Amino acid sequence: MEHIRMPKVEHVRLVDRSSSRRTQVGTLYLTATHTIFVGKGSEDRNDLWVLHSLVCNVVKHKASQSGYPLLIICKNFQVIRFIIPQESDCHDVYISLSRLSRPEKYEELYCFSFNPNVDKAEREHSWDFLDLKAEYSRMGLPNKLWHVNPINREYRVCDTYPADLFVPKSVTLPVIVGSSKFRSRGRFPTLSYYCKENHATICRSSQPLSGFSARCLEDEQMLQAIMKSNPGSRFMYVVDTRPKLNAMANRAAGKGYENEDNYCNIKFQFIGIENIHVMRNSQQKLIEVSALHSPSMGEFLTGLENSDWLRHIKSIMEAGLFISKAVAEEGVSVLVHCSDGWDRTAQVCSVASVLLDPYYRTLKGLMVLIEKDWVSFGHMFSHRCGHLIGEAKEVSPVIDQFLECVWQLMEQFPCAFEYNEKFLISIHIHIYSCHYGNFICNSQKERKDLCIKEKAHSVWLHLWEKKLDFMNPLFKPDQSQNQGLLRPSTAPYCFKYWRRLYNRFDRELHPRQSELDCLMTVKEETQKLEEELALYEGVKLNFSKSGVLDSKQALWSLPLDTSLANTPQDYIGGAPNVFTLQQGERESAELCLFGDQTKSSDADNSDQESGVADFSSHSSGEESLPSEDSVKDPDSDETGPNRA
Amino acid sequence: MELSEHIKTANVEDVTLRRPFHPALRGTLCVTSHHLLFSDRKDEASWQLLILLKNIDAIEKRAVGSSGTITIKCKDLLVLQLEIPGMEECLNIASSIEALSSLESVTEMYPFFYRPSHLTLNGPWGLSSTEQYYKQTERLWDRWRVSTLNSDYSVCPSYPSAVIMPREVDDDKLIRSARFRQGGRFPVLSYCHHRNGMVIMRSSQPLTGANKKRCKEDELLLQAVIDGSELGYIIDLRSAQQAQQARMTGGGFESKSFYSHWKRIHRHHERGKVVQESLIKLVEACSDPSHSVDRWLSKLENSKWLSHVHSALSTAGLVVECVERDGHSVLVHGSEGTDNTLLVSSLAQLILDPASRTVTGFLCLLEREWIQAGHPFQQRCAHSAYSHARLKQECPIFLLLLDCVWQVWRQFPLALEFSEALLLRLAQEVYASNYGTFLCNSEQERCAAGVKENTHCLFQSLLRPDIEEQYLNPLYEPTDLAIWPSVHPQSLQLWTGLFLRWTEYAQNMEEAREEVWSIVKEHHEQAGPDRTNNTLSTHCDTLTPFENLMDELTIL
Repeated sequence: MEHIRMPKVEHVRLVDRSSSRRTQVGTLYLTATHTIFVGKGSEDRNDLWVLHSLVCNVVKHKASQSGYPLLIICKNFQVIRFIIPQESDCHDVYISLSRLSRPEKYEELYCFSFNPNVDKAEREHSWDFLDLKAEYSRMGLPNKLWHVNPINREYRVCDTYPADLFVPKSVTLPVIVGSSKFRSRGRFPTLSYYCKENHATICRSSQPLSGFSARCLEDEQMLQAIMKSNPGSRFMYVVDTRPKLNAMANRAAGKGYENEDNYCNIKFQFIGIENIHVMRNSQQKLIEVSALHSPSMGEFLTGLENSDWLRHIKSIMEAGLFISKAVAEEGVSVLVHCSDGWDRTAQVCSVASVLLDPYYRTLKGLMVLIEKDWVSFGHMFSHRCGHLIGEAKEVSPVIDQFLECVWQLMEQFPCAFEYNEKFLISIHIHIYSCHYGNFICNSQKERKDLCIKEKAHSVWLHLWEKKLDFMNPLFKPDQSQNQGLLRPSTAPYCFKYWRRLYNRFDRELHPRQSELDCLMTVKEETQKLEEELALYEGVKLNFSKSGVLDSKQALWSLPLDTSLANTPQDYIGGAPNVFTLQQGERESAELCLFGDQTKSSDADNSDQESGVADFSSHSSGEESLPSEDSVKDPDSDETGPNRA
Repeated sequence: MELSEHIKTANVEDVTLRRPFHPALRGTLCVTSHHLLFSDRKDEASWQLLILLKNIDAIEKRAVGSSGTITIKCKDLLVLQLEIPGMEECLNIASSIEALSSLESVTEMYPFFYRPSHLTLNGPWGLSSTEQYYKQTERLWDRWRVSTLNSDYSVCPSYPSAVIMPREVDDDKLIRSARFRQGGRFPVLSYCHHRNGMVIMRSSQPLTGANKKRCKEDELLLQAVIDGSELGYIIDLRSAQQAQQARMTGGGFESKSFYSHWKRIHRHHERGKVVQESLIKLVEACSDPSHSVDRWLSKLENSKWLSHVHSALSTAGLVVECVERDGHSVLVHGSEGTDNTLLVSSLAQLILDPASRTVTGFLCLLEREWIQAGHPFQQRCAHSAYSHARLKQECPIFLLLLDCVWQVWRQFPLALEFSEALLLRLAQEVYASNYGTFLCNSEQERCAAGVKENTHCLFQSLLRPDIEEQYLNPLYEPTDLAIWPSVHPQSLQLWTGLFLRWTEYAQNMEEAREEVWSIVKEHHEQAGPDRTNNTLSTHCDTLTPFENLMDELTIL
C-alpha cells in the first residue's frame, strides 16, 4: 500500500484503441493489487480491473488538449489508454503504477494475497488435482527398463530439475553424477516421454561440456543406456535444437554438442531454433504490427513477415514433428537439448508430445504436459515472464510459442483437440498474471523453498471447473486420424497470425458470430433434449407433439450477440482525411461518448456507435486530388480535412 | 471444322494419372469433343475422372524417353499429370486438348450439348426477370417503374431488355442519359432498401470529357432518384486522380456544380489486368509449399489479392453506411460499370439485405447484378491463373466477389443460408460449366446465341431440393440486421477452401464440416422427426431458451 501515492482520480477518460469516439469518463482507483476504472453512470459490469502483475509497462505520453495520456501495456497484449485531467495526478498514478507493476520480491506477487475463500483442505486439493506420478504411470512407467531414481530428491545433483526423475534402470549413480557434471547446470539426460507401444522415449538434457575435444565416459554410458532401454532400436537421435553456428560458438566456452565419434550409435542433428533474445525481439515486432492503427493489407503482411514470428513457430513445429516421427514411425528414442535445456528443449519436447499422444490434446492432458515439461523441468517462468523486476534480457515468450504451436495445430486439425483456443488464452493469462502459484519462481526447488503450495492456490483445478467454456464441440476422439500421431503440414501457408491472442481486446476485429459457441450450445441442447425425453417417458405424460416441437424450435435460438452484428466497421482505410456527414451529429456523438447504450438492447456487449459514420474521401492519402487540380476545377466536391 | 476433327488420337491405353494426395492410377485416357475421360479399368469397381476440356487452363508437355508427360492445370486450380506411352499419342492428345479447351464459338460449347435425362429444356430459364423482381418488390411500386426502352438492346447493348427507373423520368430522357454514359450504361436501380426506401443505383462513368460536357437529362435523372431529399452519394470506384485523367479520354465524373445534391467519394479499386495478375501470383504462391514462411508472406503480400478483397469490402461497407445508417441514396460507378461496380453493389446488398443471404436470394442477386447486368463473363473468365496465353480481357472479379462473400461468412458464420460449398461450386462453374448461365457477355449475346432455348440454367438446378441441401449452412440463423464485416487486415484471411483446395489442408477442414453437420443432425433427431427441414429458420427474439424451458416445466 505504501507505493500508492494517489488512490483515486476522478474525471479520467478511458479511450478505446480503435476509435477515439468510444470514450468513457469515470474514476480511476489504485489498490494494492488492481487498477480499477469505474465508468460514470455505468453499471458494475463495465468496470475495468487490471491486475498489477499483468502490467508490462506504464507509459506517459505528451499532454494533449484533453489531458495527460497514460498508457498501461499489459502482458496479455491489452493496451489501456487513460487521459487524466491533471498533470500531477497523472504523474502520481504513473509513479505508483510503475512501482506496483514491478514487484521486487516474490512475496509481493498477487498469488500470495489472493484469497478465494476456501479452506486449507480445498487449497491442498487444488494442488493434488494434477499428479505427475499418475501421468508417468499412464505412460507405463516405471517398468522393467525405467525407474525413478532418488538421486535428485534433495536437488543436490541438479537444482533446476524436479526431485523425481526417470532414468534407465541400468544406469548407476556414478554414471548419473558423472553425466551431470558433464552437462550445463547439471541437467543430465532424463526421460520426458515414454511411448508404451514401441518403448521409444523422448529424453532431455542440457548441452554437454564438450568444448573442442572433451569427452565424458559416464555421459557416453548414459546415452548408451538410454538407447539400450529401447530394445528394438539400433541407434538413437540426438537433437540439438540450436542453429549449428550457435552450438559451435558454445564450444569456445567449453560447452557445445555431442561428437558422433565418441558416442556409440547416435545420429546427431541440428534443428536451428533461434535463442530467447531473437524470439523476444520477434514477438516485440509482432506486437507492434498487431497494434498498428488501421494498417493497409500490405503494411500488415509486410510487418508480419518482418517480425519473423511465424518462421520461428514453423521451426519449432518442424522440430516437434521430426521428433514425434522418429518416435512413432521409426521407433527410435530421441535425446533433445539446447543450451540449458529449459527453453527450446521444453518447447520441442512438448510439441512432440502433443503430436504423439492424443491424451495431451485433452484438457487435462495439456495441463499435465505443461506441469511436467515446463513447470517441473524448471522452465524459468519468473524470468521469462518478467514476474519480478529484473533482467529484461531474461524475458522471452518461450511458452507463448508453445501455446501458439498448439493453436496452429488446432487450426489444422479442428476435430483433434478437446479444448478450444479460449483454454490456451486462459493458460496464457495465468502464466503471466501471478494470480495462482503454479508459474511462480524458476524451478521446483525454488517453489518448495517458498512454500508456494501452502501460501498460494493452483490454477489447474480452477480451469478444470470452468471446463465447459473450454470445450471444442468438434472434438472427435474416436476418429482414427485423430488417434495416433498428428502429421501437420508445415507448408508456410499453414502458419497463421493468431488474432485472438494478439488482438484479443480489439473486439471489432473478431468474427461477430462464433461457430464454435453456437455448436456448443447446440450440443448442450441436444443433451438436454435427450434428458428431457427420458423425463417425458418416465412420467408417461401425454404431451402434444406440437407443443414439444415449439419449445424445441425456440430452444434452438441461440444466445447470440446480434446487436454486435449491427455495428458498422471502420471503413476509413487509414486515410488521414476523415470527414463526418453532419457536423451536428458528430458533436452529439462526442457528448454521448461511450456508444449509444440506450438504443441497444444489450448494453453489456453492445458496441453500437451512435449514428455517425466516418468515411474517407479516398482510399489513401496519395489518392487525394492534388490541390492544383482543385484550383483548376473549382466545382470539385472533394472533401479534404479543411472542409470537414 | 467439326469438333471431332481436332481429335487425332481418341484413346490411349496404359496411361498413368497422378493427382495430389492420391496414389498413381493406370488406365485408359479418352478425349472427346468436350471432355477428357480417364478410367482405370480395374475389375468391378472402375474409377473415372471426367474433366471438361474448358476447365483446362494450361497444359505442359514433357518427353521422357519414348513416352510423354502432360501436366494439366485446371481453372479450378487442380493440377494433374498424365504419363502417356508413345510420344505421338502424347502430342496428339496435347494438341487436341489445346484446340478444344479454347473454343471461341459459344454454340460449340458443352452447355449446348449437355442433356441430362432429369432436366428438360422447356421450363423457364433463370430465376427471375426484371419485371418479376419489380412485381415482387412492393416498395418499388410507388416511385419506380419498369422501362423497356432497351428491349432491342439498342440503347445499351450490355443492359437487359428491362430496367427499373424513377417513374417521373420518361424514356426519352433515359436515352439521352444513356448517350452521356460509357457504353450506354445509364444509372439504373440496383437495390431499394427494404426499410428506408433509399436506393443503390449503378451506371458507367459520364462522358464529360475534357470540355466538361454536361447532360441535363442525366442530371434530372439523378435528381429524380433522390426525389427531393437533400443528398445522395456518388461512390466513384477510381481515385480522384484517375477520374480526372479519364476526362482526357472522353470519360469523367459528375461535377459538383451540375449535380449539386450529390456528394462524390472516390475509392481506388484495381481492375482488369492488375487483378488477373494478382490471381496468378497468388495461385503461384499457394502451389509452392517448399519455400519459407517469409517468402510465403511476401508473395502473399505481393500478389495484392487480399488488398483487393479489403478494398471491395470496405467500399461495400461504405455504401451500406450511406444507405442504411445515414439514409441516403447512392450511385456506384467506375469506368465501364461492368466489373467493380457490380462487385460493390452486390456486396453491399449482401451486407444490407437479409433476403440476399438465403440460397435463393443470393442466386437471384447474382442473376440480377451479374448475369442480367451484363458482366462480360466470357471475356473475363476465358482463362484463369495458370494460362500462359497473353492476357486479353481476363479479370477474376467474380472470383473476388466470391472471396469477399466467403470473408463475410467467416465473420458471420450463422448469417448466410448457404455454405462455402456453394461458393466453391460457383467458382468452378464460372470458368467451366455444363450449364449456360455464365455463357456470353450480355443478355443480348445470350439471346442471339439462343442460350435460353438450348442450355440448362445452373441456378435452377442448384435450387432443386436434393441438390440444394449440400449447399446449406447447417448453422443458419437469419438476422434482419446489416452484417458489417470487419475490414481490418487482421480479420481478412486467405480463402483456404479455394486456394488450398487440393492440398492436405483441405482434407481436415472437410472432416470438420462433416462434424458440424452431424452435430446439427443429431440435434434434429432429438428435436423430433417432423423437423426434416435442415434450415434453422426459427428466430426467437422474445424468449430466451432458458425461460422457455421453465415454462415447460411448469406445465408438467
